Amino acid sequence: MEQLLLPAIDWLAVLPVGLTSILGLVLLALGLFVDDDETLGWITLIGLAVTAVATACLAGQKSITFNGTFALDAYALFFDLLFLVAGIVVVLMSMTYLEGTGIPSGDYYGLLAFAIAGMIVMASATDLIVVFLGLEIMSISVYVLAGAWRTQLRSNEAAMKYFLLGAFATGFLLYGIALVYGATGAFRLDRIATAVGDTPNRTMLIAGVAMLIIAFGFKVAAVPFHMWTPDVYEGAPTTVTALMAVAVKAAGFAAFVRVFLHGFGGLHADWSMLLWVIAALTMTVGNVLALAQRNVKRMLAYSSIAHAGYILVALVASGAAGGTAALFYLLVYSFMTLGAFGVVAALGSVGEPNETLDDYAGIGFRRPLLGVTMTIFMLSLTGIPPLAGFAGKFYVFTAAIREGYYVLAVIGVLNSAISSAYYVRVLIAMYLTPGAEEHGRVARQPYLLTSIVVSAVMTVVVGVFPALWMQLARFGFLSL
Amino acid sequence: MPGVPLQHVLLVGLVLFALGLYTVLTRRNAIGILMGIELLLNAANVNYVAFARYSGAPTDGQIFAIFVVMLAAAEAAVGLAIVLGIYRNFESIDVDATHALRH
Amino acid sequence: MHGAHATTEAVILHSQALWLIPFLPLVGFLIAACAVNAPRLVKVTSPLAVLAAFAVALSSVATLLGAPEGARVSQTAYTWMAAGSFHADVAFRLDALSAVMALFVTGVGLLIHVYSIGYMGHDESCARFFAYLNLFMFAMLLLVLGDNLLVLFVGWEGVGLCSYLLIGFWYENDDNAAAGKKAFIVNRIGDMAFVLGLFLLAWSLAPAAGGALDLDFAHIEAHAASLNPGTATVIALLLLVGATGKSAQIPLYVWLPDAMAGPTPVSALIHAATMVTAGIYMIARLNVVFALSPAAMQVVAVLGAMTALFAATIALVQTDIKKVLAYSTVSQLGFMVLALGVGAFATAVFHVMTHAFFKALLFLGAGSVIHGMSGEQDVRKMGGLRTKMPVTFWTFLIGTLAIAGAPGLAGFFSKDEILYHTWAAGHPWLWLVATITATLTAFYMFRLVFLTFFGELKADHDVAHHVHESPPVMTIPLVILAVLSIVGGWVGLPEHWLWGNRFGHFLAPVTGHPHLAEGGMLGEGALMLIATTLAIAGAGLAYVFYLRLPGLPMVLSWRLKGAYDLLLNKYWIDEFYDAVIVAPYVRLSTCLWKVADQELIDGFVNGLAGAVGANGDLWRHAQSGNVQHYALAFLGGAVAVLAYYVIG
Repeated sequence: MEQLLLPAIDWLAVLPVGLTSILGLVLLALGLFVDDDETLGWITLIGLAVTAVATACLAGQKSITFNGTFALDAYALFFDLLFLVAGIVVVLMSMTYLEGTGIPSGDYYGLLAFAIAGMIVMASATDLIVVFLGLEIMSISVYVLAGAWRTQLRSNEAAMKYFLLGAFATGFLLYGIALVYGATGAFRLDRIATAVGDTPNRTMLIAGVAMLIIAFGFKVAAVPFHMWTPDVYEGAPTTVTALMAVAVKAAGFAAFVRVFLHGFGGLHADWSMLLWVIAALTMTVGNVLALAQRNVKRMLAYSSIAHAGYILVALVASGAAGGTAALFYLLVYSFMTLGAFGVVAALGSVGEPNETLDDYAGIGFRRPLLGVTMTIFMLSLTGIPPLAGFAGKFYVFTAAIREGYYVLAVIGVLNSAISSAYYVRVLIAMYLTPGAEEHGRVARQPYLLTSIVVSAVMTVVVGVFPALWMQLARFGFLSL
Repeated sequence: MPGVPLQHVLLVGLVLFALGLYTVLTRRNAIGILMGIELLLNAANVNYVAFARYSGAPTDGQIFAIFVVMLAAAEAAVGLAIVLGIYRNFESIDVDATHALRH
Repeated sequence: MHGAHATTEAVILHSQALWLIPFLPLVGFLIAACAVNAPRLVKVTSPLAVLAAFAVALSSVATLLGAPEGARVSQTAYTWMAAGSFHADVAFRLDALSAVMALFVTGVGLLIHVYSIGYMGHDESCARFFAYLNLFMFAMLLLVLGDNLLVLFVGWEGVGLCSYLLIGFWYENDDNAAAGKKAFIVNRIGDMAFVLGLFLLAWSLAPAAGGALDLDFAHIEAHAASLNPGTATVIALLLLVGATGKSAQIPLYVWLPDAMAGPTPVSALIHAATMVTAGIYMIARLNVVFALSPAAMQVVAVLGAMTALFAATIALVQTDIKKVLAYSTVSQLGFMVLALGVGAFATAVFHVMTHAFFKALLFLGAGSVIHGMSGEQDVRKMGGLRTKMPVTFWTFLIGTLAIAGAPGLAGFFSKDEILYHTWAAGHPWLWLVATITATLTAFYMFRLVFLTFFGELKADHDVAHHVHESPPVMTIPLVILAVLSIVGGWVGLPEHWLWGNRFGHFLAPVTGHPHLAEGGMLGEGALMLIATTLAIAGAGLAYVFYLRLPGLPMVLSWRLKGAYDLLLNKYWIDEFYDAVIVAPYVRLSTCLWKVADQELIDGFVNGLAGAVGANGDLWRHAQSGNVQHYALAFLGGAVAVLAYYVIG
């Protein structure tokens, strides 16, 4: 009988995930007693902010704990902070958005905190078991969040679609992990990395890797595993959509990048061509189908597919340049996408989503703040300098070119050009199309507007001063 | 060591996986699809246990299998709640009845 | 064709103030954006911001003038982006070329801001107008002061954006919105080529620069010689396509005439004096690259001459006062491009400057007329305004004389220099085209003057009753621009006259000296005489047609109905583009969408559906909303992924 030895645990490493989990529990419990949505929102905000500060204080620490399965390094910290900040922005949006929807705040914020805890686990995981656990903690929370607006048909439908397809993808993930385990005898990424070179079961290993690409491809909404995205993004409450488009996708990439560049780094030649094709497809299909949309929320869903394609380009390029570019792009993408969904949320009201381009007519003059910020987000998503999106694309394509992926870079640039067509349609609607007269007063949306302005400011700041943020991404990636 | 070779067990897993896929794709009923998904998860589980049994270090794979069982329970709970919500709103749990979102 | 650049290390003066020139208007924009409900405040702060920028520009140029020849003022604000061997700073440079550009952009910009106080003062969204205008100034100054192509590109995109917003300023009118969209789309085509050229340039220079990727102008200048002619031609042509978009040349000029939908001060500032010259500036700035490729230069020259003639013929018959000026702008830009093509880069910039003076004057004058005529733009309904709007009349006349090339006025020197360089560079045919164009220019401009200011007022009673001279806030800018249109050309006299071509010498460190045949003075004098005679003939013809025998144009238009219709309808180019490019494009994209989204994926899904034996009817649409279809597509993808490994 083997003696069961508890491994030494570095509790600092689990501080971020511990704090968010406690926050989640507290919120669930408080939700039973506290009726005031705003109070609960503030508690979530403060909780996440405290966690973010605590996480930032861990900068410079590096350790691997839980028997080599959970890492505290700059890479994890980079993503932890990204999730927490995205979470804070989403909470700000929700504090306005939830009004009148009947969504129970305690449950909503609690699940939000758990989702973030799951993401943090994914970013820190150095073991496929832990990746899986993090992924599921996050996914199950988000399935419920997507259907949180129980009286809305489309919210229900989105939850069901997301759940069924997500669970379906989980099947592939588990099967893939099993095959990798069978071939290498390990779940830990460092052991896998040493074993991939001389495994006798190469076919099984490759099949496992392919299954993992499929499963991660689903989470980050890569073509052809993207079809759930538009429906789910459109149907979910807009704040949850923002969370899915930004934090969930970033978490997917956090695990994707760590597993593939760290664990399967030795197999780069085997998976890079496949990812090449997926990246090209994802960019192209996302952009082309976005052109056909008249619903802005749905268009943003396709746009988020296209942007996953750009990040995949960085992943294909791999190496320090590619990895850094991927992290930086995620940072850039997060703010502009959060902001764009924030504007969508701000223009809608309970029972009146106001999401089509026709609803955006003349908004630039009726709601100048929303007009200006949406202009910033759309131009940044297009990749117009000096906004953040330009710097992001620039680094991604430079990395691709440096590693010799010229054709992929050209496809990316062409796609960028295509994408301008549909982003600009929003601007044309807002500024060059006369809109209906304002009916009734616009509701006050202080929290929501704050979140939008914060996103806009970050989009401009990161674009004008990208060097500092690039340095952060670099530290993060090099700590792998 | 029993007389059953690893390949046979893996084959069982594969067949389970294929059956799971078939179920997911052909059942119109959301609960049916959910059952198909359970088959997928258990197909993977068979593999974990098999690999653990036939490799030197058994604990890892078995632990993972337990995690998967736990996850399957959690997913079933959430899934049934979502399906219940669907039933309340659409009065049907056929997945082709819920078509508010398309194109 | 092209002289050697100064080989000695250029003197670089470091400045801490250069960034203020673009950023002061940005501050003006921010104030205007925040105070959008306080137009009275904005009417003061916005012109003040431009005035401050003008003052800083003046003092910086004074520093530059005090330095030895070939010096430049430079400021590196901070490192913008760096990745491995790639490096880009946010940096500004003020050398001879950008000094000229910055001065006239801020100067003319200031006058137009002042004018706008009067012209737009009563518009309810005048604060928004000033906000856009300030933002435009910021972008334009970034464009001309940027020390590398990326900063230039930021400005390039920025001016474009402001231009679309301002064209569609009165967005309640569908036509205006459509014009804004058209400008945007056409410019995107040019911009794509520009970006490609930019990338190609950076990559082709890298080997010679030890792998360094840099778009710094000094870097480009230092390593351009390493480009092989083929690459240089491709780069130059891509950049040229970018320039044809922004500077309205064939084939991308179509957006500019429609852009007249914007308020008149915008037409003056953006669509005549400044933004449309960005393409000219860019080519002049990258003259070392263009000079490497004689083939590309040939294309530039021919394109310029063609555009000049083509647009001038259209201008002959237009009846909207702003449309005539718009086509005239396209034509004059053609002159500048022609000058670039024959290697006379400094001359092109000279014409950019003089054109800014007289064309801004003409547009503002037209604005004053429209203002006085209660919004009427049709010249056939005007007439006799000479006495009712004397200041407008006299300044407009001076502008007309300047553009027609009356001896001694600004346009005379710059236009004759272009004609002379064209001839001297060995392009007699292009010279002929340009001379004919100059004759047509005199004709259509005097036609405009005669129809507007002479004869009988043909407006209806209400309008006629209200005709009035514009307020001083509008006429004073006119007078200043008129003075500049008279004296602005004297900085660039022909070589050997008085102080000679000061302007050309000032720019020479940036643009190089074009080689000219010796004994040029006599030749230049003769060409000048021919051009001037023809211009007078053109003006005289207009006099005969529109004052002496006003029935004649009507008769002619009947007799030459085919030609007249062709010109009146602008050679049917818009219709041609619609039929040949736009319509097929729309069809293609609809088709693509249908094929990609419905037929192709559908077919794929159908096939698979058959394979699993499910009801085929279920799979009619790919994005059908049915979760199982998605699962099936997912599975299809998974099979493809696995097949990739099995086969590969």
